[in-house]
Amino acid sequence: MRFPRLAARIIAALTLLTTASHGYEVEQQMHYPSTQDGTVLRIISTADLNVFEPILLAFQDMHPSVAVDYVVVETADLMHAIYAEGASFDLAISSAMDLQTKLANDGFAQDYTSPATQALPDWARWRNQVFAFTQEPAVLVVSDDFFGTEHPPTNRDELIALLRESPERFRGRIGTYDVRRSGFGYLMATQDSRNSEAYWRLMEVMGRLEAELYCCSGEMIRDVASGNLALAYNVLGSYATSQLAITDGFRIIELSDYVNVMLRTALIPVTAENVADAQAMIDFLTMLETRPDLIAASNLPSIAQETFRANTALRPIRFGPGLLVFLDQLKRAAFLRNWEDSLLQN
Amino acid sequence: MTATKMHPTASIRQNLFYQLAGVAAILSFAFFLIVRGVAEQAAEMTQDGILSASATAIADALRSEGGAVVLDLPYSALSMLGTLNEDRVFYRIYTDQQTLTGYPDLPLPDERPRRGEPVFETHEFRGDEVRAVSVMRPVGASGAARNVIVTVAQTRLGLEATSRTITTTATGVAAGFFLAATGLSLWAASAALAPIERLTSAVARRGPYDLRPVTADTPTELVPLVDALNSFMTRLRASLSRTEDFIAEAAHRVRTPLATVRTQAEVTHRKLNKPEHRLAIREMIRAIDESSRSAGQMLDHAMVKFRTDTLASDQLDMRALIDEVCDRLGATADLKDIDIIRDLPDDPIPIHGDGILLQATLQNLLDNAIKYSPEDSRITVSVTPNDALWVSITDEGRGFGDADLTRLKTRYTRGANVGDIVGSGLGLTIADEVASAHGGRIDIKPNENGAGACVSLVLPRE
Repeated sequence: MRFPRLAARIIAALTLLTTASHGYEVEQQMHYPSTQDGTVLRIISTADLNVFEPILLAFQDMHPSVAVDYVVVETADLMHAIYAEGASFDLAISSAMDLQTKLANDGFAQDYTSPATQALPDWARWRNQVFAFTQEPAVLVVSDDFFGTEHPPTNRDELIALLRESPERFRGRIGTYDVRRSGFGYLMATQDSRNSEAYWRLMEVMGRLEAELYCCSGEMIRDVASGNLALAYNVLGSYATSQLAITDGFRIIELSDYVNVMLRTALIPVTAENVADAQAMIDFLTMLETRPDLIAASNLPSIAQETFRANTALRPIRFGPGLLVFLDQLKRAAFLRNWEDSLLQN
Repeated sequence: MTATKMHPTASIRQNLFYQLAGVAAILSFAFFLIVRGVAEQAAEMTQDGILSASATAIADALRSEGGAVVLDLPYSALSMLGTLNEDRVFYRIYTDQQTLTGYPDLPLPDERPRRGEPVFETHEFRGDEVRAVSVMRPVGASGAARNVIVTVAQTRLGLEATSRTITTTATGVAAGFFLAATGLSLWAASAALAPIERLTSAVARRGPYDLRPVTADTPTELVPLVDALNSFMTRLRASLSRTEDFIAEAAHRVRTPLATVRTQAEVTHRKLNKPEHRLAIREMIRAIDESSRSAGQMLDHAMVKFRTDTLASDQLDMRALIDEVCDRLGATADLKDIDIIRDLPDDPIPIHGDGILLQATLQNLLDNAIKYSPEDSRITVSVTPNDALWVSITDEGRGFGDADLTRLKTRYTRGANVGDIVGSGLGLTIADEVASAHGGRIDIKPNENGAGACVSLVLPRE
């Protein structure tokens, strides 16, 4: 059972990777055949295969007749595929709330209402089109090697003070997202700029210390764990947690002034062909909290209102037209200009 | 009374109720329209207000940098549009024939907004109806300032949902108002008509001879009607009493002279010797008797007609009535040596009815029996209390011959074998009318014990 399935997957992956001819770049693609004849659910997603595979397999256990086609792309490519190319997918899963919001706002998403979606907190869905199924904080990751017994900073002011105190220690050894390349990094940076004046000061300081810029959380975590970096700012918490399970050498710090919490969301594009299975998948995802095994396997924290009551520094990013603001071309250009002025001082 | 048939038009209560309910329906509908209108206007004004605040915030953020128009889109300008609902938001910043930023396909306002005067429009955009506001602001140094148009649009799904809620609520409230008002109308209609019902029952409760003026509490509106009724009753009372007086007077005036003439005729008869003269006088006496009886019966009949219209219901004793009639006609019977046998119970026989009419009936029946009985015969008056009260008068006369028994009771019809006896044919008619008025009948059959007839007055027992 397992073996032919795996073989089929590998063959499918190889063939599809070589024949990709879209205006967007497919990073990974996997076909999960159904054990019975049935339908195909085509998912375009920004979540890596190894993160999402347990969820897809669990979904197939419940819906054995559904084959799943899973395409992994960058957030911007997902937007491009659906917004510009009108690519037909049954489900779009993205960590870029702003882009998902724009898809829904501009009429690229379908309505869906079910008991499962109604059970979501108000802040975890928008227009009955965008449904959040994880809440993932942006965290500070610090190297055990570097800090040793020293207390790492607990808020942004302490971080700024620490960086200013000993610039030589940190020069070239701090990392953050290159917001020009990463949708998640851009979303976190723009939300930071709204939340606190400290953000631009921090960027100034990091720019002066020749911060390393990364495309992805994984690489930042790797470099922090190996001791190449002293710390990395705005790392995706769920990735950090999953890495901590297999490597050590770093610590995860949720800053106490505020922590932006990104909601990973799913929506059904208007071009979807297999709407019924897409809706089943949305129900499955929004009820993720009832499957602790999947949460553990994927390290995707499910939507849980209690988390925000327990830690008031956690701030879920709010859905709404406000998220369109930083997608405005003038606004984006101005923001990136500011960001570059701060971070790329050399 | 053969009352002239009234033509009842629709009931006042019904009319009143329908009118009040109609008014309630109109008011409810007006209420519904007003509430919905006002609420929707308020909702629209709220959306317009937020849209125009958003557009103004964007316009205020416009600035000129090196001759170019620059915009730092304020986060709140769009996020405020998400506070009320989850409607889609579009915007467009337009200057110098080109779109600076936003949605290039969002239509520009038909009418160019002037400074400080936002233009509101509703139109279709990307498949939904949107409400759009446009404001204009010159940007740049005066002289070289460029006019920038900021358009912010939002779909109206939230507004429609609000509108649906308002409509539902307004419908519910209006329906409730209508139902309550209808219930109250029903009550009001009944309450308004209560005095009329009181008056009606006060008049309906009256006995047949109660012609006193109505004195019950009368609403002002009904005073003319009650006055007219009272005046009518006064006239009726006067007219009735005149009629009664006339009948009594007529009976007296007719009978008395006839009686005198008869007496004189008999005296003359005795004095005459020639048989042909005596025969002539006897014929005359016969004619006088006939006239007298006819007059009496016609007056009786008139009296019966008059009294049965408003039948009295007195507590009577049938036994006493029979005794009285037998006593009164005893002398007449004696003349023909007829023996009246009273086969009556010892106890009184209680009965409700019109004493005068019943007496007249019995008198006519007994008189008939005497008249048609041969000399030296017997008449039996008997009372049989069965399920009905039978007062039977049985004679040994000639019976009714072959006459149609049912026709006998019609006016001026007499038996087939009575040519030689004076009679008007009214006696049984009177008896039958009185019996009918009392809910009873006259039963005619041959005497079971030989010759003669048995005529019975049958009255229902109470």
